[in-house]
Amino acid sequence: LFHNLQELRHSASLANKVFIQRDYSEGTTCKFQTKFPSELESRIERTLFEDTVKTLNNYYAEAEKIGGQSYLEGCLACATAYLIFLCMETRYEKVLKKIAKYIQEQNEKIYAPRGLLITDPIERGMRVIEISIYEDRGSSGSSSGSSSVSGSTAR
Amino acid sequence: MRECEYSQISTRSSTPMETPYKKRTPKKRKWETFPGRNKFYCDGRIMMAKQTGVFYLTLVLILVTCGLFFTFDCPYLALHLTPVIPVIGGVLFLFVLGTLLRTSFSDPGVLPRATPDEAADLERQIDVANGSTGYRPPPRTKEVVINGQTVKLKYCFTCKIFRPPRASHCSLCDNCVERFDHHCPWVGNCVGRRNYRFFYMFILSLSFLTIFIFAFVITHIILRSHRNGFLTALKDSPARYPFTAQPWLVVCFFSVWSIVGLSGFHTYLISSNQTTNEDIKGSWSSKRGKDNYNPYSYGNIFTNCCAALCGPLPPSLIDRRGFIESDAPQLAPPANGITMYGATQSQQSHMVSLYTVS
Repeated sequence: LFHNLQELRHSASLANKVFIQRDYSEGTTCKFQTKFPSELESRIERTLFEDTVKTLNNYYAEAEKIGGQSYLEGCLACATAYLIFLCMETRYEKVLKKIAKYIQEQNEKIYAPRGLLITDPIERGMRVIEISIYEDRGSSGSSSGSSSVSGSTAR
Repeated sequence: MRECEYSQISTRSSTPMETPYKKRTPKKRKWETFPGRNKFYCDGRIMMAKQTGVFYLTLVLILVTCGLFFTFDCPYLALHLTPVIPVIGGVLFLFVLGTLLRTSFSDPGVLPRATPDEAADLERQIDVANGSTGYRPPPRTKEVVINGQTVKLKYCFTCKIFRPPRASHCSLCDNCVERFDHHCPWVGNCVGRRNYRFFYMFILSLSFLTIFIFAFVITHIILRSHRNGFLTALKDSPARYPFTAQPWLVVCFFSVWSIVGLSGFHTYLISSNQTTNEDIKGSWSSKRGKDNYNPYSYGNIFTNCCAALCGPLPPSLIDRRGFIESDAPQLAPPANGITMYGATQSQQSHMVSLYTVS
């Protein structure tokens, strides 16, 4: 269908959005439900979707892990009256960067070719994984719309 | 000269024609359109509650007390006892100030409000579950089982989200805050997931500081009184040592106990992994039922303390210094025509309004 993200944004229209909710069964740690939503049944293979969500869950678990390294970071920060965060990035922030890269990669390789787009959960308050479903835009009457869209998209 | 006049005409209407003119309005940062009742300073770097009067009082009290101590008591003590005393006092003072400012100025863990699409999707799911339409349905709750304990998640009508476990809506700041502990007027901010450890360090170090000052002021009086007698020294103090006078000592005494008491209370909360909110409501107390227990506790005091104080620091979810993007695509037109995050209809997606937000 679509060969890259640019093509997706310029020639398709937004049909629907699916929201993958948080899974709180293990407490307040960040984890998303791996249940396959019915709206995606015709668009993507179940295993690919589950892989994406499971990998994201693993990344979040790594960010929130309480262990030797996080204690070290916490004690060091306390000893410097938390001033160390002015020059150092927290472990959580490092993992979030990895996640952003992963999501972009997944979008480019797997989701955009199928007319889907994943929004990074951090942009939705870590509440949901928003997956936008695009439909191929019909050719009649919409060419002016799409050209103005591409004109005003400031990337 | 200003081309934004053209953009204003087409923004809110339903005509599919997109404005061909490039918008020249200066880009706004997200904190400027933040829906909660917070105040922002330094271009969004500092975030506080609306009422900050008591915070300035706290600051003044700490500065004045320490100032008096360093001016009137430290020279004598440094000379006659050891110069280490002012040094320790100085370090404690800086630590107290640092943690106080960190608590007051940081984002406590505010949850951003739902985007219009999210809210509409939730409403649809709730309607399907209730089977009802039209007028306001009964209070919406969702039950979740966490580590074997059933927890009810409440729907927040203001933020249009189901609150995560341990989150609560602060009525003073009008925000949902993660792991909400309480709203502290003394620090001028909510205390939540992101600044609880700073708050605890603040009251702990303040306890040490007040005990330290109190002890050494007494020591100062005692040392001076070796010549004249203790009671005479106390009697003389209003005249000769105006700032170590009896009424002042009494005030110090009571404030020491209240701060020490508060530190003790929060130490208990941390070791049992509860929030003030949960403790007050008795959420996990055994009085509610035999099988009621705290599903968040790690089981032992040490792990609970480490998790609360040395756990990873989550990032702020509200991105207050980010720029508002004006071309985010949306599904359903927003209810009252006002988009909170400045997103405008940039695509012909009206054709796909699946549901209306009433």
